Amino acid sequence: MKAGRAGLVAGGLVALLGFGVFWSATDGFTAFTAETARRAEILRSPRSLPAVALEDQDGRRFSLQDYRGRLLAVEFIYTRCTTICRSLGMAFRQVRERLPAQALGHEVALLSISFDAARDDPASLKAYGQAFGADGAHWRIARIHSPAEVAPLLAAFGVVVIPDGMGGFEHNAAIHLLGRDGKLTQISDIDQPVEFADRIASSL
Amino acid sequence: MNLHARISLGACYLFLATPVARSALEAAMSTHMLLQIPLLAAAGVLLARLLPVARQDALLTACGGALPLVVLALFASSYWMLPRALDAALGDPLTEAAKFISLPLLVGLPLALAWRQLTAIGRGFVWTNFISMLAVLGWLYIAAPVRVCNNYLVDEQGSTGWLMVKLALLLFAGWLGTLFVGGNVAPVAVPASSRDDARQANPA
Repeated sequence: MKAGRAGLVAGGLVALLGFGVFWSATDGFTAFTAETARRAEILRSPRSLPAVALEDQDGRRFSLQDYRGRLLAVEFIYTRCTTICRSLGMAFRQVRERLPAQALGHEVALLSISFDAARDDPASLKAYGQAFGADGAHWRIARIHSPAEVAPLLAAFGVVVIPDGMGGFEHNAAIHLLGRDGKLTQISDIDQPVEFADRIASSL
Repeated sequence: MNLHARISLGACYLFLATPVARSALEAAMSTHMLLQIPLLAAAGVLLARLLPVARQDALLTACGGALPLVVLALFASSYWMLPRALDAALGDPLTEAAKFISLPLLVGLPLALAWRQLTAIGRGFVWTNFISMLAVLGWLYIAAPVRVCNNYLVDEQGSTGWLMVKLALLLFAGWLGTLFVGGNVAPVAVPASSRDDARQANPA
């Protein structure tokens, strides 16, 4: 039964190779979804972000790079959103309340960015901010000024936005942390705002 | 030579690869997972069956028999069940190409080649393994508290999960039926494909 043994050996080799492929394709059997993979990759190698022109709720122009030297928490929203962005807004509010008050604005800031550049004008951004208690200074609500720059910024963050078929959007919602060097360094679940804030506080 | 059949198969395969067919089948999670992927694997099965029987046997022997081929098909098919792989195929043309090449050549073709040599027990293993994988994955999709694919809506994930569970039940019922009727699962000595072989042996 020489052929049978050869088959066994070949089968074993294929299985070994298969496990190897699965191991590398799932980051050692830890990341089975694109979202976990994104978070793991950011932790391993923080990512530079494009200098995109943003416009806040008062019509002021700025960019992510203006926050260099400070920590910045970023979430992606659209103001008509009634489902996940509500949780995002609430989560951000909890982060803000948990952070040491004296550090707010000086060492750490919050920023909600709308990806619905076509419909979210400064007025709706302002209304959204007021609904969640954003002060417009330490926690700003902004939109991406040029619609053409929405896709590159979302891609740099690894955020995928898809229409939900009812006029709204669904997206992989999370809280993103930009380090003092302006790089995306950490991505956290929206249901763990307290842990996120504590991690920031401990690195201040 | 079954030239017509080969040309038709090639045409079907190329049609599946057109942007129109791709976006149509990949727009929904259910058609992506339960139509496009199975069709690509089926193309591999047909490809194997269109080879002359002597060629099929030679390939089977060269690969070390049925075992390595079945193991290869198991790993390759499992890979495309990873939510992460689906997302990657949608966002990355290289991964999409890998999907279109690997499903016929690493899943359908090896399985079809091995099938001729598999005993009733071997075939039963392949069937039950596939059915249980389908059911378990479907259940995971139903029960998952998070969106597993960034490119598909969370509602769609649940409905696809139910479709998978239903499909698994149907396949199981069908497979069980053949066990008792004794139709497709032939005894060891007479492979079920021998009828096809006889047909292929007579050039039309």
